[in-house]
Amino acid sequence: MAEPIETTEDQEAGAPRVAGGSWQGYLTGMVFAIILTLASFWVAGTDLVWGPGVPILLAVLAIAQMGVHLVFFLHISSAPDSLNNILALAFGVFVVALVVFGSMIIMANLNANMMSMPELMNMQR
Amino acid sequence: MLGKLSWAAIPFDQPIPMIASLLVMLTISAILLLFTWKGWWPYLWSEWITSVDHKRIGVMYILLALVMLVRGFTDAIMMRSQLALAAGGAQGYLPPEHYNQIFSAHGTIMIFFVAMTFMVGLMNFVVPLQLGIRDVAFPVLNSVSFWLTAAGVLLVNMSLVIGEFARTGWLVYPPLSELAYSPGVGVDYYLWALQISGAGTLLSGINLTTTILKLRAPGMGYMRMPIFCWTALASNLLIVAAFPILTATFAMLLLDRYLGFHFFTNEAGGNAMMYINLIWAWGHPEVYILILPAFGVFSEVIATFSGKALFGYRSMVIATMAICVLSFMVWLHHFFTMGAGADINGFFGIMTMIIAVPTGVKVFNWLFTLYGGRLRFDAPVYWALGFMVTFVVGGMTGVLLAIPPADFVLHNSLFLVAHFHNVIIGGVLFGAFAGYTFWFPKAFGFKLDERIGKAIFWCWFIGFYLAFMPLYILGLMGATRRMQHYDVAGWQPLMLVALLGAIVILAGIVLTGVQLVVSIRTRDQRRDHTGDPWNGRTLEWSTPSPPPAWNFAVLPAVNGLDPYWEAKKSPKSHRQNGPDLETIAVPRNSPIGFVLAFFAVMAGFALIWHIWWMAIAGLIGALMTILAHAWRVSDEVEYVVASQRQRAAI
Amino acid sequence: MSASSSTHSEVREIPVSERGPAPRNVVVSFGFWLFLLSDIVIFAALFAAFAVLSHETAGGPSGNDLFDRNRVLLETAILLASSFTCGLMSLAVEQRKLIPAAAWGAVTFLLGATFVGMELFEFHGMIESGARPDRSAFLSAFFTLVGTHGLHVSAGLFWLLVMFAQIATLGFRPMVLRRLRCFSLFWHALDIVWIGVFTIVYLGAH
Repeated sequence: MAEPIETTEDQEAGAPRVAGGSWQGYLTGMVFAIILTLASFWVAGTDLVWGPGVPILLAVLAIAQMGVHLVFFLHISSAPDSLNNILALAFGVFVVALVVFGSMIIMANLNANMMSMPELMNMQR
Repeated sequence: MLGKLSWAAIPFDQPIPMIASLLVMLTISAILLLFTWKGWWPYLWSEWITSVDHKRIGVMYILLALVMLVRGFTDAIMMRSQLALAAGGAQGYLPPEHYNQIFSAHGTIMIFFVAMTFMVGLMNFVVPLQLGIRDVAFPVLNSVSFWLTAAGVLLVNMSLVIGEFARTGWLVYPPLSELAYSPGVGVDYYLWALQISGAGTLLSGINLTTTILKLRAPGMGYMRMPIFCWTALASNLLIVAAFPILTATFAMLLLDRYLGFHFFTNEAGGNAMMYINLIWAWGHPEVYILILPAFGVFSEVIATFSGKALFGYRSMVIATMAICVLSFMVWLHHFFTMGAGADINGFFGIMTMIIAVPTGVKVFNWLFTLYGGRLRFDAPVYWALGFMVTFVVGGMTGVLLAIPPADFVLHNSLFLVAHFHNVIIGGVLFGAFAGYTFWFPKAFGFKLDERIGKAIFWCWFIGFYLAFMPLYILGLMGATRRMQHYDVAGWQPLMLVALLGAIVILAGIVLTGVQLVVSIRTRDQRRDHTGDPWNGRTLEWSTPSPPPAWNFAVLPAVNGLDPYWEAKKSPKSHRQNGPDLETIAVPRNSPIGFVLAFFAVMAGFALIWHIWWMAIAGLIGALMTILAHAWRVSDEVEYVVASQRQRAAI
Repeated sequence: MSASSSTHSEVREIPVSERGPAPRNVVVSFGFWLFLLSDIVIFAALFAAFAVLSHETAGGPSGNDLFDRNRVLLETAILLASSFTCGLMSLAVEQRKLIPAAAWGAVTFLLGATFVGMELFEFHGMIESGARPDRSAFLSAFFTLVGTHGLHVSAGLFWLLVMFAQIATLGFRPMVLRRLRCFSLFWHALDIVWIGVFTIVYLGAH
């Protein structure tokens, strides 16, 4: 019933294109990214910002810049056919946050409660 | 030239591994000779080894899992017999360093190469058929995933003959697994085997997630997906999110061992607890990666054999996705006793109890599906009912362990061992066998022997309770896990009962082989001509058994849940008009998976033994293989087939 | 899309989820998107290790002793510029313009190679001065995290070379176009990871 025919080219000439963006979009993203990067480096180096606020400000700037990259360079959008991408991204961000902050909280707690390894080893000697 | 490798690596002085490896090698040579003598190699190469058909790959995964089940079970029965003997002053027949390798290998093999492999195999076989499509999203990648898993399997088994396996437990906790305390190659075998097979698993997870989210038959919206596809989606999302953590953690341990880094060492600020934290951030989702597809299998089996739609489909979907998210928030319960304060322990204890809620929802859904149904007692149902009883017991001991103060008493005891065997045998393995019995006729066109199938179930069911209920009691009496002998003579009777249980399970494993042989021999009487041997509900039963390479000549149009069940009730309503002949593009076979696995084994073996030139050669070989594949422009073969029969079936 | 679905059931537009298998380029992009997410999770584990171990200098040099912020700013600028030129390359590719695509690709490659070169120079200097990865847990975590990013950039450079060869030999066929799209996703994602690296490792140094 079947006879194989070799094909040499994938057929998808008519398939819709993935969103590509425009050079204005890339330029806008670039400008935002430059401003945010310079702001980060300035915040880290200056005395004008209240000391304990620096890490928070740095985190805010970094997250903002990641958002800029996602929107202008990776073309994340709210279109219905990129819903899966957004949900997958949300799940990824959730896992990343859990792993990083969860580890930091847990390890800080363990370090506060437990003797450090070198001290423990010295006790055993 | 050969790094650390020398004749001393082969344990000529130890009779047990030598005899075992001799038997393995004799079996392998016998199989190879048989294949050569029968002239099966061309068939094997073109129809299986290079196949990119998801059904063939699924079958190969399951075959691999069954073979490794025998290997892992051999370790299990050695441990049980050792502990039945080594009471009081007796030392048994396994010296500690060998015993430690056995329990490490048992855990590693059973989780990574039996449970994992079996579930990935089932998902590979079933998901595209249930979605009503012709293959997974990336068929060639699928073959690569399988062969990388096989490469990991080969490396683990090589450790039996050349060198040694890890003596550190199945998760190789540092600092014991650091170079200072484990200078041998055992931990390296473990790490490289799992890095290679873990890469395969990750690629397979990406592949199946993409398949489920982007390739479904026309009309199959999310809430029309069969429940097994939902559980497969949750499981594969967890693979995509959790396996990278494993890869990164093992990479750090490898850097410690190979380049003297200080992630987890005792010296220079390293922190071994960080390893335990990270490995369980992978490890707990892994538990759900295994159990969720099993839940899916039971949902399909119970609905099909009750002749009813699954009760509470929506709540089942929500429970599945809730477990998917919650499974990432409980990992600390694996190390309650390692120094966290009451606040942190309390939080994770409560999260652990919360995750039992969606699981309980599922149990009630299955019960209500059974209620009022006309249950047919075929073999898959035995597994499903056995599961419901056993898994609830295991789940309840789990909630008990989730209470930190109770965990302080029970951790590292045989109670814990009994608990996780209770959920993994009673949940994952019963699910694997239910799925194996359920979908076997779809894969091969004939049913497995029912009587032997039920006997297998009873062996596992009774054997499980005999083997592990004593372990709960022993754990409460103070018996710890991973002990090679014990002084309390009073434990011996219970240990003997546990050994008896293992022997009953052994009978079940032997019967699995007998069942295959008997069923194949009498296959002509047990042929499935309809394609629908169990009066099924989902699209896989609308295809002939076994399905053609392209599964569906015409993609079925779906307009509800259980589309095949609805179509059977009103057979004429969903006919489509179209040409009698269809041109179907089927992906072309590719040897890239096999070749990559060859180079992966070469590089892995070389890295284990510090044979640097060979490692470089293996990596370059793998790179060249990928590059050669990148220039392959014809990746599909087209078939012209009559589509009428397909359409009539729907 | 939105208004029509609610009112008239006969002309109900089919939701995306019910339209049957997605086109090949959507499938490939989404699969690669998942791969990138898994890659980011690898970095998350390495970031977690760095965050936990960054105080463990074991008497050795700390981040403040070692890092040069001006060089990091230059590295950041170079990588950001390469992300921009990579975007221009993919625009040229979508319009099937060979010369601009090759030119922007070449610029991207040179910028990426400069970045890797600067990183290697930094690593070399640190190792020369005794700040080796086996000196302390902090340095182990630093070299692994930053080195893994550098390794990704290097892999990206190799991939870019392969894509040049593919365009030259196979032309802009769908298969090649899909791979170019995946490459640009990969390259931009590496820039996102670098934002985390320069913020946490270099600017957060203590």
